[in-house]
Amino acid sequence: MIDGRPLLEVRNLVKHFYVSGGLFGGREGVVRAVDDVSFAIHRGETLGLVGESGCGKTTTGRCILQLERPTRGQILFEDRDLATLGPEELRAVRRRMQVIFQDPYSSLNPRMTVGQIITEPLAVHRIVPDPVKREARVQELLGHVGLLPQHARRYPHQLSGGQRQRVGIARALAMEPALIVCDEPVSALDVSIQAQIINLLEDLQREFGLTYLFVAHDLSVVRHISDRVAVMYLGRIVELADRKALYDDPLHPYTRALLSAVPIPDPELEARREHIVLGGEVPSPLHPPSGCVFHPRCPIAIDRCRAVVPELREIKPGHWAACILA
Amino acid sequence: MGALLEVENLTTEFVTRGGVVRAVDGVSWDVREGETVALVGESGCGKSVSALSVMRLIAAPAGRIVGGRVRFKGRDLLALSDEEMRRIRGREIAMIFQEPMTSLNPVLSIARQLTEGLEIHLGTTAAEARRRAAELLATVGIPDSERRLRQYPHQFSGGMRQRMMIAMALACNPSLILADEPTTALDVTIQAQILELMKALSRRLGVAMLIITHNLGVVARYADRVNVMYAGRIVERGTARELYAHPRHPYTLGLLRSVPRLDEPRRARLDPIEGQPPDLTRLPAGCAFATRCAFRVERCARERPGLVAVGGGGHVSACWEAERLDRALAMR
Repeated sequence: MIDGRPLLEVRNLVKHFYVSGGLFGGREGVVRAVDDVSFAIHRGETLGLVGESGCGKTTTGRCILQLERPTRGQILFEDRDLATLGPEELRAVRRRMQVIFQDPYSSLNPRMTVGQIITEPLAVHRIVPDPVKREARVQELLGHVGLLPQHARRYPHQLSGGQRQRVGIARALAMEPALIVCDEPVSALDVSIQAQIINLLEDLQREFGLTYLFVAHDLSVVRHISDRVAVMYLGRIVELADRKALYDDPLHPYTRALLSAVPIPDPELEARREHIVLGGEVPSPLHPPSGCVFHPRCPIAIDRCRAVVPELREIKPGHWAACILA
Repeated sequence: MGALLEVENLTTEFVTRGGVVRAVDGVSWDVREGETVALVGESGCGKSVSALSVMRLIAAPAGRIVGGRVRFKGRDLLALSDEEMRRIRGREIAMIFQEPMTSLNPVLSIARQLTEGLEIHLGTTAAEARRRAAELLATVGIPDSERRLRQYPHQFSGGMRQRMMIAMALACNPSLILADEPTTALDVTIQAQILELMKALSRRLGVAMLIITHNLGVVARYADRVNVMYAGRIVERGTARELYAHPRHPYTLGLLRSVPRLDEPRRARLDPIEGQPPDLTRLPAGCAFATRCAFRVERCARERPGLVAVGGGGHVSACWEAERLDRALAMR
């Protein structure tokens, strides 16, 4: 499945937001939303990007999609550095990178029918210039995502949450993308519907050879769908490994705490299980702690963690962690 | 232990443009003293409306409790005057909501929001209430309480706001707390903190809890007994251990099967519940789950099953095929 050059490469990505504050709106500080993040995704692969709110996972996705301009660093898609492309070239590349959002309700135009929503990109990007063929293509796309032909005439508010997410997926598929950034695609859905959408994403990946960056906070869902997983904390990747290695043998204390915090639907197991409950909260990215950003909450931190910024090191083959104690 | 809260045949309706929706349809459940009970189900199943009905917070004229009884410490809350009900709300039964930011008053200081209930319900003096407010913040794990009391909700993080909600709920020493998705808006590590806190407090203070959630993991960590709701009715009830080990309703089984689990080997494919929840304005005559059910038989479309005993510890299920379900599970 994995061959040759990666489809997407993110190199030392940095994204800072400048916050003005105070009565006179002077520059108050820099939010280091993404701070030196590097990873690659191979064709046909799913990379899971997990972390808690504010860890930078969504901003990373938005930088890749060119919805945010990176402060520093490179994003290479199909071996081309996106920062060096002109507007026309960029437009062509963006077509090949699509996104599925968390809340399909706010990402679908309420005044357009499902058919119009899916038709629009086909017309705008001249993917299917002929209107008759376009209609046939819309029907085909609806079929791919498990909707019926008559759904084309409905409006988003007439659909359930799961059906709306299917429309969002069809709209992304219409562009014939190579990469889809899935930003919390199931977290707004009921549990019984989540599984339907996850299965659908997996089927589409197989059928169309899609590559996914799967951004989510639900560690169980990420384990199910990902080939490799990156864990982010306060703008940095703290661990990156194959799914199995990361879940069976987590090396970073933050990953361990995250996994231990997930409640498991089995009362007997829960009663026996030991939980690592982290103290405190995620510090503000405006004033990140010195040294390892995780040290104030880390159960195993030593003095040196306050001073040394840990590098993401390959501890075992393919298993990277940013912890001096790993 | 005796029943603290007994809900009997509670029925709550809403008038919508699509017709009358029976959001809660003849539901009975109870909470015993000091116990933690869960109401589990997906959006629109009636779990939140059940709790709001107990508190008599259903907004008229669209919403109305049309039948049933809610007995709390022997008194029927539905028969009380508004004034009598006000004395129960916040004092004897407190409520915690999912989104603390929308349930806290943004223009009142933390101190004021904590002392208001004490002064109104218990007639505590201002100075005494202030002292108690500081104590409450410490109880829920918010340090530096003197400074925190002077602050406003926007100066608190999400996790701290939820701690603050718990402090408000505890202020008047209630005997029951209704917690509606108390950790859903929080990150996993903060969720773990809040759950540990609630568990410790319910043990230490002996306060009974009704927790409303869609998260089966949270229920497993937390609840003594569980009620599973679907389309306005309870479809299964049992002790948490019994229900998770031997689910006797296809919906419960479907929910448990559809979520990926960290403690099990990764499955090649998830087993979703197919289809959509039904439209509550057009409920079928028979079992509301029948169209999505893998175990359905012809009878399910015609006759609605009632809750019947299927096991020990008060385990009940509303399914014609509960026994076949058990045999099917035993064979796996």
